[in-house]
Amino acid sequence: MLFKLSFRNMKKSFKDYAIYFLTLVLGVAIFYMFNSLDSQEAMLKVSQSTRELIQLMIQMLGMISVFIAIVLGFLIVYANNFLINRRKREFGIYMTLGMGRRQISAIILLETILIGIISLVVGLFIGIFASQFMSILVAKLFEADMTEFTFVFSKDACIKTCIYFAVMYIAVIIFNTLTISRYKLINLLTENKKNQKVKVKSPVISIIVFIISCVILGYAYYLVTGGVGELRTAEKLMKPILMGIVGTIGIFWSLSGFILKIIQTRKKIYLKGTNMFVLRQLNNKINTNIISISIICLMLFMTISVLSGSLSIKTSLDEQLDKFTPVDVNLYKPAYLPESYVSEYSGKTIYYTDEQIEDSRHPVSYTLETNGYDINRLKDIIEIPIYTLPEWTLKYSLGNNYEQTKEKYPMLLYDIPESIIKVSDYNKIAKAYGEEEYSLNSDEYIVLCNYEQMENIRNQTLSTNSNIEINGKTYHSKYKECKDGFIYMATTEINAGIILVPDDFDLKDENTEQYLLVANYNADTEEGKENIESTLIGTGDTEFFKNVEEKGIELDGSSKISIKESSKGLTTIIIFIAIYLGVIFLIASAAILALKQLTESSDNKQRYTILRKIGCDEKMINNALFKQIFIFFITPLILAMIHSIFGIKFILSMLEVIASPDELLPSVIVTALVIGAIYGLYFLATYFGSKNIIKEEE
Amino acid sequence: MSNVLEVKNIEKYYGNKSNLTKAIDGISFNVEKGEFVGIMGASGSGKTTLLNCISTIDRVTAGKIIINNQDITKLKGNKLNKFRREELGFIFQDFNLLDTLTVYENIALALTIQKVNSNEIDRRVKEIAEKLGIKEILNKYPYQISGGQKQRAASARAIITNPKIVLADEPTGALDSKSARQLLETFEHLNKNLGATILVVTHDAFSASYANRIIFIRDGKIFNEIVKGEDTRKQFFEKIIEVQTLLGGDLNDVI
Repeated sequence: MLFKLSFRNMKKSFKDYAIYFLTLVLGVAIFYMFNSLDSQEAMLKVSQSTRELIQLMIQMLGMISVFIAIVLGFLIVYANNFLINRRKREFGIYMTLGMGRRQISAIILLETILIGIISLVVGLFIGIFASQFMSILVAKLFEADMTEFTFVFSKDACIKTCIYFAVMYIAVIIFNTLTISRYKLINLLTENKKNQKVKVKSPVISIIVFIISCVILGYAYYLVTGGVGELRTAEKLMKPILMGIVGTIGIFWSLSGFILKIIQTRKKIYLKGTNMFVLRQLNNKINTNIISISIICLMLFMTISVLSGSLSIKTSLDEQLDKFTPVDVNLYKPAYLPESYVSEYSGKTIYYTDEQIEDSRHPVSYTLETNGYDINRLKDIIEIPIYTLPEWTLKYSLGNNYEQTKEKYPMLLYDIPESIIKVSDYNKIAKAYGEEEYSLNSDEYIVLCNYEQMENIRNQTLSTNSNIEINGKTYHSKYKECKDGFIYMATTEINAGIILVPDDFDLKDENTEQYLLVANYNADTEEGKENIESTLIGTGDTEFFKNVEEKGIELDGSSKISIKESSKGLTTIIIFIAIYLGVIFLIASAAILALKQLTESSDNKQRYTILRKIGCDEKMINNALFKQIFIFFITPLILAMIHSIFGIKFILSMLEVIASPDELLPSVIVTALVIGAIYGLYFLATYFGSKNIIKEEE
Repeated sequence: MSNVLEVKNIEKYYGNKSNLTKAIDGISFNVEKGEFVGIMGASGSGKTTLLNCISTIDRVTAGKIIINNQDITKLKGNKLNKFRREELGFIFQDFNLLDTLTVYENIALALTIQKVNSNEIDRRVKEIAEKLGIKEILNKYPYQISGGQKQRAASARAIITNPKIVLADEPTGALDSKSARQLLETFEHLNKNLGATILVVTHDAFSASYANRIIFIRDGKIFNEIVKGEDTRKQFFEKIIEVQTLLGGDLNDVI
């Protein structure tokens, strides 16, 4: 009997359940998709290090899933609460018929279980199919070759999804039971008769608040774009964030009153059709939901920024990568180790072994050969020493500009000696890297730097007075600015400064700080290169590795393959997490907005009935409803979009990525599509749901 | 005088063949321009069904309803809505003012949905507000004004479109006696000074006594009809009570 009642209730109020159901299904599907990545990985042919990265990503997504589950849990409880409230009257009637609270709870329990099971099944079904597309995406992002397409089903992800959602449903059931136990019969029956007071705000105050909010937002926008150089610490970042929040709330507090006032003065528009009614409805709705609309707006802002920001980072990083990894491998080790040094952390004196000291007086190739590495695996070998002079520090380079710079950037390490390379040594590397070669007179030097911030600092000195006295001789910079160039391979521009000096510059062997070896792998195929890589970098179990480790030689290196993979891996992890969080935030905000609208549609039923009675036809009423819901949905989105223009700029400038508009465009389009689809789906569900609610009576 | 409303032998059945309810069973009457007609009857007598049929909210099973020379039983869809918007004015028991709109906007809404020119709307709203004495409260919200004022605002909304006939369903039902009296005086004012044709459905003899003519309905048929003529309202009220007794009024229904 109870089962029949629950089932009929669900069938009857299917349109009410639409939003709830949609949210559950989307939640389940996305949860499954992101947790089923590990089984998809199996079908990809990828290298060892990529596999490790994917593992890392899966672990991170797993942790984030817990957070996501909490967000979804709250959302589901909230959505469910809406449904229960809408049916207070129905429960009131059951109670007058003599049904106890326990039985009502049982009805709701059955309903929750029913809808839970249905949504779980539908959501998993959608998730399983959608995850096939996701594996194509994974393969593309990791540039793995997916030669054969296989249909993957992840049992683990399926079980995990079921468990997580079961826990959420149990939370819903507990919450429902609590709600029911607090109901009083009289309140249940008279719930619909509540008459809401209209909050009236003074239009003058609205206009003032609106203008102030615009100014606050404008200033916050300025801080994160024009004044971005100042935002170096977390505390400083709080200022624009707080201003953004305050500004957003202020805008929503005043917006409807402000617009209402403006439109009221334009009688032609105001006194036309149902415009007046729509505006008043919106005014009322936005005024009673200022905080939730502001939160939704900020969530949408995060979704947009994170999605389009992360996607464009990938595009521009990929392009840079090729430029900064011109050869297969860089190997380097410290040179001319002293007998001992005092540890900065423990304060103890640490002694180097004789073996270490001996090795450090020879270039990298010596280390390779003496420890049993077959040097023929490498070709195009170039070896150079990199020097430092204790007196030539960054502070010394900056000369007169030191005080001024220190004030602006107190965190820089000014006492570290500069890296010095003889120009002929550098030219060998530049040739291998395909970079510009230089020549120097005996009283000249050149600064190579491509890290933008440092470039600016150094250029200040170079453009005014670049004279430097070393060993009683005065040198000056050949150019009035830093030149582009680098010696270590990296993912992007991170060379903070290398000084090229003439070959006759007085440098002793003891001044050698580091030995660098640049080479290509002696192999023609990708596979051959990867084999060589594993003999050189990594934790292989060869004699060479053992020897180096035993002697305590600090041989380090970076390779084209590993840089590319870690870069791709990192951006991919960022993108996946961004999509995961972004989509969930989007669903959460759209669902809350939809429920807000639907809750009030029940109150609005009365108002639309009046409109119908005074002669509005269905077309006019639907039109008014559509306009009202559309504006209600689009307003936070528009403000979020304006926020994101500046948010994305900020993200890009923080990550030192320079993206041109046409590089940004594809990611913006993808973001717009994702948001359009999910937000649009909720908008339509809300519109038809509301239409159904206001139609009911007749 | 020309007839604004002609009801010709209408019938309204509910249910199916095995269980047929005749809510209206052959009612005919006319309302002339400028008349104030009351329709009385007990609960379930069919008076609200009759009003719903006249106001085009419900459809008749048989017969004709002619308003201003147009047979409204033949109208459909948008034409019907247009007709309701332009030719009829409604006053409801629970005022039906929109709580989010000011009094001014509530009244103006009746015109804006008819796509009347905005300047004219402003002029007409102020004019009608002046005539009904609600000019001071135009910028207030319904929750800020009294029940009587709400009902006058609702009346203003009903007649601002210059409807051929104003239909009122238990207009005093939600009012205390003082407000009810004020509203009925407003109706009288609308009828006498502004020339509005009014059809009121009520079960309250006092409300009905403000009309010029009263039609009594029982079990879906016209039971009696009395005209005020030269009588004072007190005499007319007594006549109404007499007929109500004959009708087997409220008291008999209880037994």
